[in-house]
Order: sequence, then C-alpha cells, then structure tokens
Amino acid sequence: MQSAQKPFLRRFTTLVVTAGMVVVSTMASAADTIKVGILHSLSGTMAISETSLKDVALMTIEEINASGGLLGKKIEPVVVDPASNWPLFAEKARELIEKDKVAVTFGCWTSVSRKSVLPVFEEQNALLFYPVQYEGEECSRNVFYTGAAPNQQAIPAVEYLMSEDGGGARRFVLLGTDYVYPRTTNKILRAFLHSKKIADADIMETYTPFGHSDYQTIVSQIKKFAVGKRTAVISTINGDSNVPFYKELANQGVKAENLPVVAFSVGEEELRGIDTAPLVGHLAAWNYFMTVNTPENKAFIKKWRAYVKKNKLPGGDKRVTNDPMEATYIGIKMWAQAVRQAGTTNVDAVRQAMGYQSVKSPSGYEIVMDAKNHHLHKPVLIGEIRKDGQFDVVWHTKGPIRAQAWSPYLPDSARKVADWTYPWVCGNCTAPTYR
Amino acid sequence: MKSNKIILVLLLAAALLGLGRAASAQPGFDEAVNGLAGQSRSAIIDSLKALADLGDERALAAIRALEERRLLAAPDGRAIIVGTDDTLHYADTGEPFAGERDGLDAPVINNRVRRAIDRAEAVLQLVAKDPAQRLEAARAMAKAPRPEAAELLRAVLGRETVPAVRDALTLALALVDMNSGDQEVRVAAVTKVAGSGNPAFLPLLKELVRVDEAGRPVNGDARSVAAAKAGITAIERHVLLVRSAQNFFYGLSLGSVLLLAALGLAITFGLMGVINMAHGELLMVGAYATYLTQNFFHSHLPGLETWYLAAAVPVAFAAAGATGIAMERSVIRFLYGRPLETLLATWGISLLLIQTVRLLFGAQNVEVANPAWLAGGTEPVAGLLLTYNRVAIIGFVVLTVAFVWYLLNRTSLGLKVRAVTQNRAMAASMGIRTGRVDMWTFGLGSGIAGLGGVALSQIGNVGPELGQGYIVDSFMVVVLGGVGKIAGTIFGAMGLGVVNKLLEPHTGAVLGKIVMLALIILVIQRRPQGLFAPRGRVA
Repeated sequence: MQSAQKPFLRRFTTLVVTAGMVVVSTMASAADTIKVGILHSLSGTMAISETSLKDVALMTIEEINASGGLLGKKIEPVVVDPASNWPLFAEKARELIEKDKVAVTFGCWTSVSRKSVLPVFEEQNALLFYPVQYEGEECSRNVFYTGAAPNQQAIPAVEYLMSEDGGGARRFVLLGTDYVYPRTTNKILRAFLHSKKIADADIMETYTPFGHSDYQTIVSQIKKFAVGKRTAVISTINGDSNVPFYKELANQGVKAENLPVVAFSVGEEELRGIDTAPLVGHLAAWNYFMTVNTPENKAFIKKWRAYVKKNKLPGGDKRVTNDPMEATYIGIKMWAQAVRQAGTTNVDAVRQAMGYQSVKSPSGYEIVMDAKNHHLHKPVLIGEIRKDGQFDVVWHTKGPIRAQAWSPYLPDSARKVADWTYPWVCGNCTAPTYR
Repeated sequence: MKSNKIILVLLLAAALLGLGRAASAQPGFDEAVNGLAGQSRSAIIDSLKALADLGDERALAAIRALEERRLLAAPDGRAIIVGTDDTLHYADTGEPFAGERDGLDAPVINNRVRRAIDRAEAVLQLVAKDPAQRLEAARAMAKAPRPEAAELLRAVLGRETVPAVRDALTLALALVDMNSGDQEVRVAAVTKVAGSGNPAFLPLLKELVRVDEAGRPVNGDARSVAAAKAGITAIERHVLLVRSAQNFFYGLSLGSVLLLAALGLAITFGLMGVINMAHGELLMVGAYATYLTQNFFHSHLPGLETWYLAAAVPVAFAAAGATGIAMERSVIRFLYGRPLETLLATWGISLLLIQTVRLLFGAQNVEVANPAWLAGGTEPVAGLLLTYNRVAIIGFVVLTVAFVWYLLNRTSLGLKVRAVTQNRAMAASMGIRTGRVDMWTFGLGSGIAGLGGVALSQIGNVGPELGQGYIVDSFMVVVLGGVGKIAGTIFGAMGLGVVNKLLEPHTGAVLGKIVMLALIILVIQRRPQGLFAPRGRVA
C-alpha cells in the first residue's frame, strides 16, 4: 500500500499547486496572450485516448512559448473537458469561441464528436484542427484534418494484405463497432474490394455494440469463415472493446501467420492495457509509429519523456507516443507557422496561409498541408505488433500521399470535389462555385 | 540408428530439392544460416527454405532465435544468436562474438516470414529425437497438403513408431495422395481425410465432389467421390453437434460472467433493497485490487507470480468489502427506506470512486496479465475449443455461489441476515442488532462484487470505467431472476447468457442484444416479480 499512497500524495500536492498556478496565471494574463482552445475528453470513455492529446498539445504550446512565443505574445491554452459527451462537445466549443475568444481550437477524437461541433465552428467562422484518422466524406472550410483519410490508411492496409508479402488474402472479415466511422469505412472498403474482384461471398461484415466484451461467438465465426481461403480481419473496433477481442483471439489460438488482424484504431496507447505476447504479428496501419527510426522522432520522444517527467503525468515512463499525438503536434506547429506568415491570428488570414505549410514531422517526412482539401499529405506505414507492445514497420509508402476527402470508390462521393481554392471554393460540390 | 538418420537426412535433401543432391551439405549450411540475417525478407525466406532442405537440426536454434528476434546481423553479414544468458555467438560456427552489441540490428520479420519459419521448423522437427516435437511437426504438416514434402513424409512414416505421430503423418500424406495417379492410393487417401472429421478439410472434399454440367465429377473417380461424400456428411453432422455444444458453452461462460457481476448486487439490492448504483465501482475496486496484488507479486514474489490470482481473491474480497462497509456506515444507513435518495447518493459515490481511481492510477487502463495457466485452451473433441479462462470462470462462479450459499444457510451471520431481511422488527425484538447485521450484509455483498472484479480483470479491461459497463446488466439479471432470490439470480444470469449466445450466430451481436432486451421486457410484463417471485405474503 505504501507504494500506492506515496504517488497519490505527491499527485495531490501537484494538483493543488497546479490549481493555484492556474488561478495565478489567469490573473496575470491580460490581452498580451493568444488564446487557443483544447477540446479533448478528460473523463468518460474516451479519456483513455484523448488525455494524451491534451498533454501533447500543452507540450507543443510550451515549446513554442519557450522559443519566443507567437507574434511577440505567449500562447495561452484554454483546456476544457467535454467528458466524452457528444452534445457537450458543441456546448464547450461555443464557450471556447464566444466566451474565451480563442484563435483556434485543437480537439475531438471520435467522428461523432466532430460532427457535433462542426455546425458551431462553421456558424462562428472559427478554426478546428482535427488530429485523428477518420472515414472521410467531409471537408469543411473551418476544419483542418491532420489525421488520415481512408486512402491514407484503410485502402493501403488492404492492398498490403492482398500482396504477396502481406499474405495474399482473398477473403475479408470487416469487423467494427456500430457507429459512423466503421460503417462508412467498411462501405468504402467493400466497394474497393469489389473493384479488386473480391465477391460478396468472400466478405463478412459484422458489428458489435459500444463496450461489447464477449467476442467468443464472433471469433469462432471468423475461424469458420476463414476455412478454405487466405483470410484477413479488418478491425474498426474502437477503444475499450479491443482488449477482450484480442484476448479472445489469443485464447482461441488464432495466430497472425494464418489469420492476421489489421486494426485502424489500435496504436501504442491502446496496447498499453494488453498483454501483447500472444498478439505478435497482428497489424495496424498508421502514418506514424513510435518505433520509426528518424532523428526527428528521437527528438520528439525525448521531448515527450521530459515533459511527462517534469509534470509527473500519470503513467510515468510507461507513456508512449502515437499517431494522433504526432498529428496534434504537426497541427499546432503548422498553425503557428501560418500565424507567423499571416502576421495575425485572424481566421480568414490564417486559413489562407495554411495551404502549402510544411513541417518536418517525427515520421521523418516533410508533411505538407493541401491548400485545396485541408488534409495533410501523409506517408502510410504498416506495423506488426511486437512482444513489447510496440510495432515493427513492415511496409511503408515511398513518400507522403495526398488525401482523398471524398472516396472515389463510392458512387455518390466519387463525383464530389473538395477544393477551397478558386474557382471551386467548396468542400462538397460537383461544380465550381465561380465559373 | 545413426545410419538411419543419415539416410533420412539424405532423403530429405533429395526429396525437397527434387534433385539428388550429394552428401556434403555443410558449406550450404553456413551460407543459409547466415542468410537468416539477410537484408530482404525474400532472402530470409530463401534461406529458411534452404535450411529445411538441408535438414540439419542445428538450424533450429538459429530459426528460433530469428522468430524471437534474438538473431542479429553482424557488420560482416554473419548471423549472431543472442543466447538465453545474453551471450552472443555466431550462428554458423558457434564461436563467441567479441564485438559490441549496440548498433546490431535484428532483421524485421513479418507474417510471411513467420509462415516460412513454421514450415521450416516442421520439416526439421520431423527428424527430431523428442516424440513430442515430432508430433507437433506432424500435426503442423497435416494442416494443409504439402506435395513437396511427400517423399520425406513417406520416409519418416516408415520408421516412426509412436502411434499418435504415425496417425498425424498418415493424414499429412493422405492430403497429398488425394491427387495421386493410382486409384487405390487415392481412394485410401480420401477415406483417411474424410474420416478425420476435421472441418478444415471440407473445402478439399467439396472440390473433389464438384460436378460439371453433365453431372460428371470434375476431379475424381466414382469411388473416391463416394468416399468424399460420406466424409462430408459425417463432418457436417459432427460440425453441427460441436457447434451447438460450443454455443452452449459460450452461453454458460457469458452467464457466469453476468452472475459474477450480479451476485453481489443480488445481496445488496436483492436481499437488502438498497438500490446501489455504485455496485459497478465495487467490481472495479476488486479488479484494481487484483492489479495491485499482481504488482506486489511481480516486485516481491517473482517466483510465485503465476499464482497471484489465488492471492488476489481474498485481497479483492477484503478491499471491496471494506469499501462497501465504509459506504454503508457513512451514507447508506441514513437512507434506508428512501429508495430515491439512496439511488442519488450511491450514484454520487460511484462518481467519487471513479474519480479517485483516476487520480490514483490515471485515466488509462492498467495491464492485468493472464497467468500462463489461464491462456490458451483445450480441444477435447475436434472443433470444440474450450478456452481455459472461460472454464476457470465457470469453476470460480460455482465456488462463489457455494460460498454464498454456505454463508447464508449454514452460519449464524446468514441466519441473522435472513431474519432481518424477512422481518426487521421481529428480528430486532429477538435481540439481533439489526444495524450491525445490515453493515455485515452490505459488506458481504460488496465483497462478492470484489470477487466478480477479479474474474472480470481476466477477460476485459481494467480501467476506472470498468463498472459502468456492467451496472445495467447486473440490475437486469437481478430483476429478471426475482428480487430477493439468490437462486433466481443464478437462473436469470445463466438464462440470459445461454439465450443470448444461441441468438447471436443468427442475429449478430447488435440485434441479439436488442432481441434480448425485448425478451426481458416481455418476461417482466408477464411476471413483474421476476422469474422466481417470492410466494405468498413474504414480499
């Protein structure tokens, strides 16, 4: 018990001290700071994933402030907690924009939270940076998407599985949690698989409710389905349910050599709660892994470790970096560059300046913001789970690839264009606004 | 014996290469072993194939090292093995490696390489001395047809004496011989494969009975088609049977999880009538107690680490029980008979507990590893897989129910509990300190919830929100079974589990859950008191 109490006391003192500091700092701050909003759930089901994004955002802001701030002012983060409650996201977003008058907001994780805040940002003409891979089929004038679109994650992953090196899969299980991201992604993937001459009989699509924890039946169904052809499972299971799913896979003897599972929502952070020894060889597709061996990444991890240590964040030296954290980092850096270039934090000016901004990212590539569709050009990496919960990169694209906000594989969206430059000036239409 | 072995190795080389390669395979061995540390995955796979062809048992150590990432590439391109004692030596000569370890990279392997590793290992193990290794290799070979290994299989089969290994080898050979030119061999092979009862071979057999437009079999003669058809019928019947048994087992195991989650509530809510919204958090306290016990064993008793779960049971019981008693003494006892206030107060306590745990351990899930003896499963009949952790949970629930039954029916505390819950005023006038009994009863219910937490930590996440996912299910089970009846809770949980799992293959998980809830509404409408309503005036 001794060991459990000590950090608690220390943490409690830290809490009191930080609370005091926050009070002091809010009193000190006048109009000589630039306020930015941080809109991530710090409680509720999504706290598991989103807390790290808040931490990395604060770290990046601290870094910018330490090197002289922005336009001669300090950046002042305003952290709010929408508590994994989707309507509360919209309320908190409005509060940030109207009351705190933030210049920009970094936030959201789930697609449903993004959909919830979208009308607020569009109505108020404010800026949101969204750092998580998502299903695409959206391109708002007020959002910059620093996570991956489906063609920067899902499609390359399936192509890898179908390649000789990836195992030559010819039968696919599309398994997901029942909400907008998995449903849309699987719709795109099904259309893509059809284009690769995979018949419907070789595709099994199945969903589970949020928080599902009993995967016995589903795993045994997958095993039955896999008899006869090389099969791969594409998992869009979100958050908590992954642990029971992977445990059941391991216990029922499903091995990655014979039946690989590729996941789009499982990264280093999610694997921290799992014993990964039986999962070796299962895959994940991202635009960044903590094991990427570049000087930029080493510096990024070092900075993160130092920040965790300095602020005594829970988890301590077990904390990891992951793809959405990298995307948050890139997003904030890019926004700061755009502000410097524009010489103001005015939303319209910054939006203009955002196009073609580039940042040397921890993944080692020069990452560029697409002026037309507000998405990043990103490299795609495929990793296999290692015994220690990290990933071995087994495949990657030659360089960054451009995002397709509207999937060409869906008939409805194939006709749509996302282009915020003249003459289109539109995120969702089939003809230019100005002819 | 010795000469047998040499002949075997030769045969192996000849068979796998398809050309009669001569005796001295040693130079090839060095090259192939060092190729394991190659630059590209294709090179590694080629080396693995070469090593399998050479059939030299020495290669196994290097291949295992590659699999476990203990194989490093030396600057000169030779392969180095990191021994279990962290010493470095060359894979080909066995000489120690003198240089620095830093900067030496292990080749990155992927699933394709792992498959090649499995194949190479199977071939090399076929000639191993240990029968267990040979059996494993033979079983691996019997999973899919391997025409290139047919000669080797025949040779090994000729001298194999252990019946189980012989059986697996015969099957592996039969898979190849199904396409033999000789009709007798073919029919015998099909009969053997069909008789294996293994659903994995259904596609092979079905391919054999496929007919063209004229109704003539495409791939076989009349006799082997007949044998295959008989096999298909038998396998499909077997599969149906196994599948039903499997679903029933899944249902029992889901029911056990529900019962473990709900049993504590059956006492606090069922017997005492406290609407305890913090019940889920008591489960969570139990799970975190398991986590702390694991950490304690990890740092203080590393030798006994696999048995930490046994110690976690009393620890979790005590921790959750103490939390429950503290809740009862500080809040709940002032609210007896006021259900609405109890509901709100316990809900507040639940938020308080969640936030406390978040402050102490962080918002992230913590890792509770399955001890080795709970991982994996057993296959008593082909196709019927019973995973150890599920079997253990079913066993654990039986013990817990027995414990609760014993406490309530065979101890003086149990007698008092029953007396107080049946007629508080009468019990008080008989000299029972009802307040004290309330406290112990609530503590007992909470402790049982802690035991549920131990079990839940083995199958799912351990995080601050663990309890939130189970609170609705727990109330559902208790209400369905009939408030106040432990037996009702047991039947409620098992019934829910089995019905849910029998529905799921047909409806899917999402719809299955909805159908389940609709069924519960129907049951409650018919029998508002639950399945096992207390009869007469007692209620």
